[in-house]
Amino acid sequence: MCGIVGLFLKDKSLEPQLGSMLSQMLISLSDRGPDSAGIAIYGTPSGNEAKITMQSAKPEHDFRNLDAELAKAIGAPVSIAVKSTHAVIRTAPGKIEEARETIQALRPDIRIMGAGDVVEIYKEVGLPETVVDRFDVRSMTGTHGIGHTRMATESAVTTMGAHPFSTGADQCLVHNGSLSNHNNVRRELIREGMKFETENDTEVAAAYLSSQMAHGKNLGEALEGTLSDLDGFFTFVVGTKNGFGVVRDPIACKPAVMAETDQYVAFGSEYRALTKLPGIDNARVWEPEPATVYFWEH
Amino acid sequence: MPAINVSKALDQSHASRVFDLAELPLRELNQALHDLTPGSNETAWEVLNPKGSHSVAVGVDQPVTIDVRGSVGYYCGGMNDGSAITVHGSAGPGVGENMMSGSITVKGDASQYAGATGRGGLLVIEGNASSRCGISMKGIDIVVHGNIGHMSAFMAQSGNLVVLGDAGDALGDSIYEARLFVRGKVGSLGADCIAKEMRPEHLEFLQGLLDRAGVTGVKAAEFTRYGSARTLYNFNIDNADAY
Repeated sequence: MCGIVGLFLKDKSLEPQLGSMLSQMLISLSDRGPDSAGIAIYGTPSGNEAKITMQSAKPEHDFRNLDAELAKAIGAPVSIAVKSTHAVIRTAPGKIEEARETIQALRPDIRIMGAGDVVEIYKEVGLPETVVDRFDVRSMTGTHGIGHTRMATESAVTTMGAHPFSTGADQCLVHNGSLSNHNNVRRELIREGMKFETENDTEVAAAYLSSQMAHGKNLGEALEGTLSDLDGFFTFVVGTKNGFGVVRDPIACKPAVMAETDQYVAFGSEYRALTKLPGIDNARVWEPEPATVYFWEH
Repeated sequence: MPAINVSKALDQSHASRVFDLAELPLRELNQALHDLTPGSNETAWEVLNPKGSHSVAVGVDQPVTIDVRGSVGYYCGGMNDGSAITVHGSAGPGVGENMMSGSITVKGDASQYAGATGRGGLLVIEGNASSRCGISMKGIDIVVHGNIGHMSAFMAQSGNLVVLGDAGDALGDSIYEARLFVRGKVGSLGADCIAKEMRPEHLEFLQGLLDRAGVTGVKAAEFTRYGSARTLYNFNIDNADAY
């Protein structure tokens, strides 16, 4: 099972509601997977800062004074916003890689959820509603986002095994299905220099797309590659800084429904996830075709 | 006094029982439908706000009409045995799975494996059906006004699948004795599925089925019939090396 959702806004007036719309969509699919849940929200670009989302099992210890210590170490202003077990660091865009390495040196137990100019990622063990409440996702604004509720099959039920997986700046992916050639693909990507945090199959799919895009492919071309290079069952929903994509494997046994209006493009594992969206009764609703790439960019 | 009683009885039989899923749980709807007994006056039902709910009106075994106002999720009308269900919207995976008799009409599209394993009755999809439509069908008649997806009628045993539009890849793979009638293009045929001649009895049968399904302006002669080449029925000793 697993339930996945995605929402890409075309109408700027809906941006303040992105968090609440996406939360509601994900909560409606709770019975597709009770193990863990996660959401990635793409906020409005500020232009002069970038973000790192972190998670800690001991947030009071790990996040205390981290901003001051990090600012001193990298020589740039740093702010930190703590939300339960997660925290978002903001600093200058050119300092992100240095900040990431420094955080891991200063606090080895911290896990990096993702980084980029706009993305924030919150994921934990538990039901979607618990996760959404814990990180106050409903109040978040943004341009697009993706979410996942997990019924674990391929790796452990842990925070790091939760989706979305992020393997590149502002890139993340949620997956319903299971891959059968992930060990081989992971080995090839490691040889290319990609780094992995887990044994999870979905992280390999995310890293595959990051690698393809790093080689100059656009989101659509990278998604096209999954059809020949990844073996197994998948419906992927992917976010990039300004893009949103969907692809299903040729067998397409993992369910998928999409809806489009002048205001948004929405994805749900089931129609239930879409029923409360504005104007859904007049939306174009369709089942994405197997082995067909769909993507939108702002 | 008898006249008043008769009029009351008529009122009851004509008014449909409205069940709003925004107010009451699905379990109560299905229990109420299962509690129906032969000769019940509650012959017309209307279901409001399904909003993608799973298993709406499964296992109904009385000849009542059920109008579902909106789109449903998995397995709507599964195991239906005699009721006439109309979904005024689209249906999720497995609509009419293992239907025994009666009818289901979907005004919109249907997702994967519509009518899977169905043993009887009539399933009409007025939009498109996606992959695996009629998989392992065992006597059901399925009429799709639009297109159907890949692997439809896989291992179909008996019954009839009629498609006014196109069929996807691997149509009728490993088919037994079901008959497939496609008016448009077929992406590809599955193993042991072949085009067959439309003989007069097929034309007559198909025209009757189109009429029953409320299809107008379409002639049986516009369809191609597909069925089993029957080469997989018996083990071919020349293939022994493959095992």
